[in-house]
Amino acid sequence: MQNGITNILVAGIGGQGVMTATEILAQLAIAKGNDVKKTEVAGMAQRGGVVNSHLRFGPHVLSPVIPAGCADILLAFEPAEALRWSKEVRLGGLVLINTARQLPPVVSGGLYPYPEDPVGEMRRAGLTVYAFDATAIAHELGEIKLINTIMLGAIADHLPFPVDDLKEQVLSRFRARKPALAALNERAFEAGRSGARAAA
Amino acid sequence: MSAASALQAPAATRQLLSGNEAIARAAWEAGVRVGTSYPGTPATEILEALSMYPGLHTEFSVNEKVAMEVAIGASMTGARTICSMKHVGMNVAADAFMTFSYTGANGGLVIAVADDVGLSSSQNEQDSRYWGRFGHMPILEPADSEEAYQMTLAAFDLSERFGTPVILRTTTRVCHVKAMVTVGSPREQPIAQFAPDPMRWVMVPGNAGRRLPLLHKRDGDLREAAEISPLNRIEEGTDKRVGFVTSGPAYLHLKESFPDAPILKLGFSHPVPVELVRAFAKGVGQLVVAEETEPLLETELKAAGLTVLGKELLPRWGELLPNVVTPPVKGLLGEPVETDSRPTPTVFPRPPTLCVACPHMGVYFALSHMRQKVLISGDIGCYTLGAGHPWMALDTTICMGASMGIALGMDKARPDGDTKKSIVAVIGDSTFLHMGMQGLLDITYNRGNVTVLLLDNRTTGMTGGQNNPGCGRDVHGEVAPEVDFVKLVEALGVKKERVRVVDPYELPTLYKALREETAIPEPSVIITNRPCTLIDEYTRMVPFRVEDARCTGCGACTDVGCPSIVVTRRGKEIRKSGNEVELTWVTIDTSTCTGCGMCVKTCGADAIVGPSLIKSEDI
Ligand SMILES: Cc1ncc(C[n+]2csc(CCOP(=O)(O)OP(=O)(O)O)c2C)c(N)n1
Repeated sequence: MQNGITNILVAGIGGQGVMTATEILAQLAIAKGNDVKKTEVAGMAQRGGVVNSHLRFGPHVLSPVIPAGCADILLAFEPAEALRWSKEVRLGGLVLINTARQLPPVVSGGLYPYPEDPVGEMRRAGLTVYAFDATAIAHELGEIKLINTIMLGAIADHLPFPVDDLKEQVLSRFRARKPALAALNERAFEAGRSGARAAA
Repeated sequence: MSAASALQAPAATRQLLSGNEAIARAAWEAGVRVGTSYPGTPATEILEALSMYPGLHTEFSVNEKVAMEVAIGASMTGARTICSMKHVGMNVAADAFMTFSYTGANGGLVIAVADDVGLSSSQNEQDSRYWGRFGHMPILEPADSEEAYQMTLAAFDLSERFGTPVILRTTTRVCHVKAMVTVGSPREQPIAQFAPDPMRWVMVPGNAGRRLPLLHKRDGDLREAAEISPLNRIEEGTDKRVGFVTSGPAYLHLKESFPDAPILKLGFSHPVPVELVRAFAKGVGQLVVAEETEPLLETELKAAGLTVLGKELLPRWGELLPNVVTPPVKGLLGEPVETDSRPTPTVFPRPPTLCVACPHMGVYFALSHMRQKVLISGDIGCYTLGAGHPWMALDTTICMGASMGIALGMDKARPDGDTKKSIVAVIGDSTFLHMGMQGLLDITYNRGNVTVLLLDNRTTGMTGGQNNPGCGRDVHGEVAPEVDFVKLVEALGVKKERVRVVDPYELPTLYKALREETAIPEPSVIITNRPCTLIDEYTRMVPFRVEDARCTGCGACTDVGCPSIVVTRRGKEIRKSGNEVELTWVTIDTSTCTGCGMCVKTCGADAIVGPSLIKSEDI
């Protein structure tokens, strides 16, 4: 942390829910009295391309962009995307990863190789990495869209806020609009939390 | 809080808003009566957000020029008006506003133009601040959402005080960053009524000539206003070795990187308050101008005799992010630059690609199979992605609507009788209505030999699925007259028998239609009729799957380019002929497959099967 600013980088692929996850974290940071800035992605980049969002919060945030190599936490929805942005994380910073690989056509088509061991590579670079298969958990729970909530569960123990407050922030969205999904999301949140813990 | 409820939030509350949402909120509070736009990243959400407020007319117009003209009419009538667009939209709109600048605004007119600094989603990186110079209009440049909100309010006042349209210039880093904004409440504006005044509103040479001195006087008045505007402020620093003159989000990056340096932050950046800069310069060692992207302030300050460093120090393109500005400025100060010695990981590129079941894939599958026989003039939309892997099926892309004229130019430039390759133009529904119709008219009028593929996916896909006149719905989703594309292209002069409507999922039919139309030396139009998979009109079907035992590894289905088709293994085989062939076995990701069936038509071995074809032992 620099000047009391927490820097969180959320990364993944268009359509995975990176933006929603960041929005929920941002709303919690606001509820806790922080100044907040958060970058969005729109247009062309969303079409299956690389998506990332910078979230910065603290007493007073200037640039919306996390200075190079200063992210405290990288929350990554895909392992190669974690590796892509890993140099943005400060030494000793934390990387939380969904290990389910998603191969773009240029990789499955044989034009480029997929990195052999993204998690190992990041660990060797001095980062703390907690990696688990959030996609498998989502499938077990019967809804692929839950990856989002699972990943938020994974980060819950590492924020400067009580775990239950994040959980409440996630679930309140469903209580308001789709109450039936609140219980399922609570299970997903807890599963993500234990997933990250078991990987620690 | 949801995005919509943040927009509607009560006065005096603090909300997390994007720059675009902040502009919309301020426009509503300023009492805007008319809001116009044409979608374009990063500006699209200004009008989308504005359309959620009550008591005003909002529209996505057919193109930026029309959007500008509607806005001009509203301003002439006395209503507060906002017209928003992306940077390249200004090129389209320029004819209208270059002369409107002469007549000047009646009701406050704010032109919110968003530059895509860093090229996240655009075909160029032009600097819209030139238009302020070219068109004699003031420019306000916010750095973040709070400023976007404040400056939008200020822009309406400025517009009415000086009777000028005002350019509110943002960049992607303002439009698409969410930050805290304290919102206010709406103000009543007087009822608008057009007051005839031909000397002012009818720009014939005589009248326009009489406006010229007024235009130049206005420039002078605006310069004086900029000199004392609270939107321009000096932040005294403690380390006065280098002082920065800056505008837009670059201010935040500099403040982050050099917190102790003096900064002259220009919010009202054109006309340049030269005397203010001169005064600021006296208190600092070296003066550095940090602007995105062209050296406009720099050139004008140098012309005024000031000694400044600008683009000789900082990059001429891209964002001036902390990691971009820090090394050169530290170098100037003679300080060491810290470098990150950690290795940079190598990761494959993940370029954007067409969605699963995107109807455009059928078109590019067909085109890639006749690649040697066609030149493909492309346009701007999701279908520009046809330039990428695996189709590689675009030869040109310049700007919206250009596929038509460029195709005709290619046809006319080649020697008479050279028809080795057929010329095909590919254009989407929204782009066709934006600026393609005129080009097609030119093709028919000048008897070009071009086959047009009009990809009607019933939405403006690339910018997030806005309605257009082809959809039969307006910006609010209300029913509106629906363009009949067949009748339209016939009216533009394409013979009835040269117009076909084809289902792009029916690959063999589409391929046949393309072969036939490209063989006939006349203008022809093939309209595809499947909706974008991201809009409500699209209905998902049941996923297909691959029977592994039957898959021969021929790889034909991978030519469709569908992200749901995943390669499982590769191999090589020596054929009886002695030729070595590459083999690619696949599976289908059933969690993403929507059952469009395009790949089924490519599979000679019948290995791709639908649910009803799955044998019982598999279940
Ligand atoms: C002058 C101009 N205005 C706006 C844009 C932004 N823009 C890029 S593509 C596009 C429209 C695409 O819609 P359509 O032609 O229907 O194709 P689709 O993406 O649906 O396939 C727009 C508005 C632009 N590039 N240039």
